[in-house]
Amino acid sequence: MSMELDVFVGNTTIIDEEVYQLWLDGHSVSDAVRMRLESDALSECEASGEVLHSDTMDQYRTFQMCERLLHCPSKLANQLLFQIPAHRQAMLIERYYEFDHTFAREVLGKKLSKGTKKDLDDISLKTGVALKSCRRQFDNFKRVFKVVEELKGPLVENVQHHFLLSDSLARDYAAVVFFANSRFETGKRKLQYLSFQDFAFCAGQLISYWTVGAVDNMMEDMDVDLEKEFLHDLKDLKVLVNDKDMLDQHKSLVCYQLKGKIKAFSEMEANFKNLSRALINIASKLTNTKDVRDLFIDLVEKFIEPCRSDKWTVGDLTLFLTHYTSTAHTLEMFRFQILWERYMGVIKSCILKMYHD
Amino acid sequence: MPGKLKAKIVAGRHLPVMDRASDLTDAFVEVKFGNTTFKTDVYPKSLNPQWNSEWFKFEVDDEDLQDEPLQITVLDHDTYSANDAIGKVYIDIDPLLSSEAATVISGWFPIYDTIHGIRGEINVLVKVELFNDLNRFRQSSCGVKFFCTTSIPRCYRAVMVHGFVEELVVNEDPEYQWIDRIRTPRASNEARQRLISLMSGELQRKIGLKVLEMGGNAVVGYLQCFDLEGESGLVVRAIGTACTLDKLSNTYTPATAINPCNSSPSKDIKEAGFGEEAPGVPLSSGPPTPLRAQTFSSFSPSKSYSRQSSSSDTELSLTPKTGMGSGGSAGKEAGPLKALLRQQTQTALEQREFPFFTLTSFPPGFLLHVGGVVSARSVKLLDRIHNPALGNTRSYKLLDWNSFTADEPETRDAWWEEIRQEIKSHAKALGCHAVVGYSESTSICEEVCILSASGTAAILSSRFMQDSALDTEHRFEDLMSPGCAFCHIPYDELNMPFPAQLTYCHCCRRYKVPDVLFTTIDLPTEANVTGKGCLIQARLCRTKKKAQGEGNATAISNLLPFLEYELHTQLMNKLKLRSMNALFGLRIQISVGENMLLGLASATGVYLTALPSPGGIQIAGKTPSDITYEQHISNMQKKINDTIAKNKELYEINPPDLVEEVIGSPIPEPRQRSRLFRSHSESSDEVSELDLSHGKKDAFVLEIDDTDAVEDIHSLLTDAPTPPGFYSCNTEIMPGIYNWTSALQMFTSVRVFRLSNVNLTNQGLNKVFNDLCENLLKSLYFKLRSMVPCCLCHVNFTVAVPEDELIQVAVTAVAMSFDKDQTQENGRQSIDKNLMKAITENEDQLQFPLELSAESSSNPLNSAKGLSEVSGPLPSARAPSVDYSSFTDRCSSWIEQLRLKAHTIRCGSIKTMSSLEKASPLPEGRSRSLRSNRSYAGSSVTVVKMTPLSFIPGTKIIKYLGIINMFFIRETTSLREEGGVSGFLHSFIAEVFAMVRAHVAALGGNAVVSYNMKECVFMENPNKNQAQCLINVSGDAVIFVRESELEATPPQPHSASAQTSSSGEGT
Repeated sequence: MSMELDVFVGNTTIIDEEVYQLWLDGHSVSDAVRMRLESDALSECEASGEVLHSDTMDQYRTFQMCERLLHCPSKLANQLLFQIPAHRQAMLIERYYEFDHTFAREVLGKKLSKGTKKDLDDISLKTGVALKSCRRQFDNFKRVFKVVEELKGPLVENVQHHFLLSDSLARDYAAVVFFANSRFETGKRKLQYLSFQDFAFCAGQLISYWTVGAVDNMMEDMDVDLEKEFLHDLKDLKVLVNDKDMLDQHKSLVCYQLKGKIKAFSEMEANFKNLSRALINIASKLTNTKDVRDLFIDLVEKFIEPCRSDKWTVGDLTLFLTHYTSTAHTLEMFRFQILWERYMGVIKSCILKMYHD
Repeated sequence: MPGKLKAKIVAGRHLPVMDRASDLTDAFVEVKFGNTTFKTDVYPKSLNPQWNSEWFKFEVDDEDLQDEPLQITVLDHDTYSANDAIGKVYIDIDPLLSSEAATVISGWFPIYDTIHGIRGEINVLVKVELFNDLNRFRQSSCGVKFFCTTSIPRCYRAVMVHGFVEELVVNEDPEYQWIDRIRTPRASNEARQRLISLMSGELQRKIGLKVLEMGGNAVVGYLQCFDLEGESGLVVRAIGTACTLDKLSNTYTPATAINPCNSSPSKDIKEAGFGEEAPGVPLSSGPPTPLRAQTFSSFSPSKSYSRQSSSSDTELSLTPKTGMGSGGSAGKEAGPLKALLRQQTQTALEQREFPFFTLTSFPPGFLLHVGGVVSARSVKLLDRIHNPALGNTRSYKLLDWNSFTADEPETRDAWWEEIRQEIKSHAKALGCHAVVGYSESTSICEEVCILSASGTAAILSSRFMQDSALDTEHRFEDLMSPGCAFCHIPYDELNMPFPAQLTYCHCCRRYKVPDVLFTTIDLPTEANVTGKGCLIQARLCRTKKKAQGEGNATAISNLLPFLEYELHTQLMNKLKLRSMNALFGLRIQISVGENMLLGLASATGVYLTALPSPGGIQIAGKTPSDITYEQHISNMQKKINDTIAKNKELYEINPPDLVEEVIGSPIPEPRQRSRLFRSHSESSDEVSELDLSHGKKDAFVLEIDDTDAVEDIHSLLTDAPTPPGFYSCNTEIMPGIYNWTSALQMFTSVRVFRLSNVNLTNQGLNKVFNDLCENLLKSLYFKLRSMVPCCLCHVNFTVAVPEDELIQVAVTAVAMSFDKDQTQENGRQSIDKNLMKAITENEDQLQFPLELSAESSSNPLNSAKGLSEVSGPLPSARAPSVDYSSFTDRCSSWIEQLRLKAHTIRCGSIKTMSSLEKASPLPEGRSRSLRSNRSYAGSSVTVVKMTPLSFIPGTKIIKYLGIINMFFIRETTSLREEGGVSGFLHSFIAEVFAMVRAHVAALGGNAVVSYNMKECVFMENPNKNQAQCLINVSGDAVIFVRESELEATPPQPHSASAQTSSSGEGT
């Protein structure tokens, strides 16, 4: 005695968001049924396990059939098999491409290759995200990466256009793609305290200001790579630390501005040259791909950690960086104003984002 | 050469990868019509080819245009080996042949392969240039419109209803040809699909010819079925109602429409003439309710052997006849003129061989009285020898079985003829001259075939059957209160065809009505109903010994009467349990398997105000000595009484005279082993018809003297009530619910249950079957919980026994939301108090939804359906008490004003369908982040609504584009990989929906009404990893507009919008 076959097909495809989430989270049908039974939301329906099982099976089947289409979201909109209202389609796509930040943090900066895919069970164990879900998220990363990698134009808009994602999710994907492409080091122990959101923010800054597309909005521009010319020019900033007069003048100007305004003034005064040297060195080394990858670890080791040991507050740091940047303009001999602004703008916001415990 | 068909292949998209090496496809297209084939160029290396072909022109006979489908095959070009087929599209061009339907077919069609399912889409343009052919002897019937809808379609007016048309064609089933052994499953499936498409076309053309012969121009209630008889062939048969329809133009004002429907020439039924007809009928008695069923069987090839057995007569004739001696005085006023009119109707009908109508709802004034359900069944043996002319060598030559009638008397035609005669005589016995809501069906298992036909005996007005010249003469007839007339008995009470208790009508108190009324039609819109209705099902399973040939047929025909009787008993008990007194849309399906018979009866129970209140159910024990036993019985009795009380509350059944209702009148002595009979109080000997103040309440007695009875009671009480917020019915509309919103969900659900325990008893089987149906319903309610409050309408169950131990149940229905809180918009309630008052005075049933908010397109006018005619644009202004039409006008203009106001508030944009769909709010929290400029390419796919009903609430159908009649086969040899049987069928059904939607969209439509899945044959062989499924669907493609949009359109002249609102009421 058994149900051999049990299907339900609506003219408008019925999608239960709750079950969809369970499916996305990688739960098996029986797990999903158990969880639905336990949830309060359905208690009023007095649904029996049998009913729930049948419903869950139907939903899972529907999702499996839709999955093929979700891989290419624009197909979902003009396919004929499932009649799904536009806003539900948007929900399906958005949810399918949403990812766990803890998972993304682990994959960030890694090559989206088969090798990484093999490590997914470790990541699954570490993050507590089900392996099935890890695989889906990883495949999503890979798929998005593959599509937008070679595309011209703004990265975020490319993601958005091809995958019909919301603005914020598209930005997150842009960050993932950007990190995967440039292979930034994020795995070091010292960087462990940084969250996905921190990195995503930094990626956003880098994409907005340091890529080719950042300077002129010509459509042919690539948005995934940092602008080579800019990185090369950064060497010119060395003058700020190599020229003794300029360094002293810079220091005095900053000190003048900050006196009495920050708590860690004395530490700042003592350390100014080291800090300045650190920032300029980072800038000058960025021509080297290896050093680009180490951007974040360098920022932490060379700048954030000294400040942290001197117990700077975020306010102190903000003021310092603001004036450190602006006073350079008043230096008579300093001719690289635009370059300086472009460099420091990003460095400042990244440091501020990364400056926490 | 009267037609030129032109086709253009535009483009393809989402094609499958056919070349593994390049991950691309070199696609080209073959376009075939008849024997002519054209090809497009190969579009190399693309999954989205742009052929943009020239116009392929086919010059063809219109006969072929009707029969043949346009066949489009998409192939992958291969230089070295044979080209691989990607898939096919069959386009029925019939809709292009009628001037009033579609003019062009243009759109994306799913490319379908019987093995792989949908594989991409193709964009096609099709046009037809038709030259007029005035040849009187033509074989084509272009221009005859076909409708699946079983009422007069919404934008038409019935000028004449000509009557029954039927036809059948037969051919050899390609699946059983010798060649099938050597060809691929794909080739075999495609041969079958194409053959059935051809046969359907031919059938439709032949029916069209019959209609033209009758002087009609349309077929309404067109029902086409396939009988897959296996070895002995493939039968495609169709029935329908020929009509002459007039298109209501936009300038058509309601005032002119009143005229033709203003008279009902005959209402009186109590003429002596009818008593005389009754004796001529073989049956002298029948079930206590007007269900006349007779089973006769003839199962030997030597035709003459036909055994007659009137079902359940022996048991039911025990029912005491109630003394209804004195004729009602009211009936005697029948004037001679009426008699004359009646005679006219009579003769009009008698001219026809079969006065049958496949309609289930009628133009106002057409249906006068309803007698009850008539049905007939016959068990036949299929035999290949009937068809000697069908040789193996013919592949697709169509053969009309009719041409063999001369040699072979035992043809399908003769079988059906026999059954129809039977039905006709049953109807006569009920004093009726017509059968409405007529349908035919078969159930085939191996070589045994059960043919069934059923309908509702009725008396019709002659108005739609004769020239309208008569019309003006009998307007005076309209005195009858419209809400109860159809309940009045058509038969002679002195000579009743079966024992029944008659009382005076509770509405008009002048004519006699039966205590219970069973019908196969929809609830007439004018009917007075107390409370709401509900779906009632009787389910039954009976084991049968495996047998062959005649023995098997005998066994089945012996079982049938018992099956029918028990189904009837169950229905009756369940009806009583719900405190209702009438069934509408009754459909009894009997399905035969190798070792069992399944019976499923579905109907919608209602409380007709005109009929007496039903008594309760009384349980009687046989051995009253045992104390515990008595306690058990009294417990059960209490349970039953509680359920009845609960149901009354649930369905809001509070007839005014219910106060003195006593559940359980004196129990009569159990005289027989009959478990179900009527008690009648001794005091009522002297007929108490005149005493209406206390309608006789009779309790049904269920005597528990055997396990069967216990089981019956058990099954009575185990029917789970519908969860709160849900209603269900199998008719078009649910009495008591008027304020539908536009939320609509059509669905199909299929379950197959495997009985692993071979030695099941009847009871065990019954329980399994019952649970299967109940659980299925429960699952439906759960799935549709987000639509609450909602009603499952047109719930259509089909059962089958595909294999030895399998039971298959398929349901198609539509869930429609309604507005529960009718007083929600209380601000508007006070706007027109007078109006409200007027309504409440006239119809206490009527509630007025004043829902005018921008989002919801619920139709404020649909509430008027209680007053006005639902089945068409014919306004019914015939009620004597109130001038409904003027009321309607008033109310529509009032609502229009409100609408205009509401409209200006929401910035006056005229929304299209798709934008409306898109406008629905995004899920909470997400909407914020979604950019408005995000492009949904989705706007390119038209949203197509599907419903088994003939209307879509809140909308008006402005055009019928033609009939949709599609047949698909899907087969797989990789069942496991496709997700098992469920995965396989799930995607197949989704594919069928998709193909129906695509065809409708290509015709320019946005909905399918009267959608029906007529066949779903599923076969599997899990061991071989194989499965096959055949699905046949039908419906009417239409264009609808939301009523709110209609009125918002500025250039619409006033007269047109008034027309809209008044004729759209029914929607």
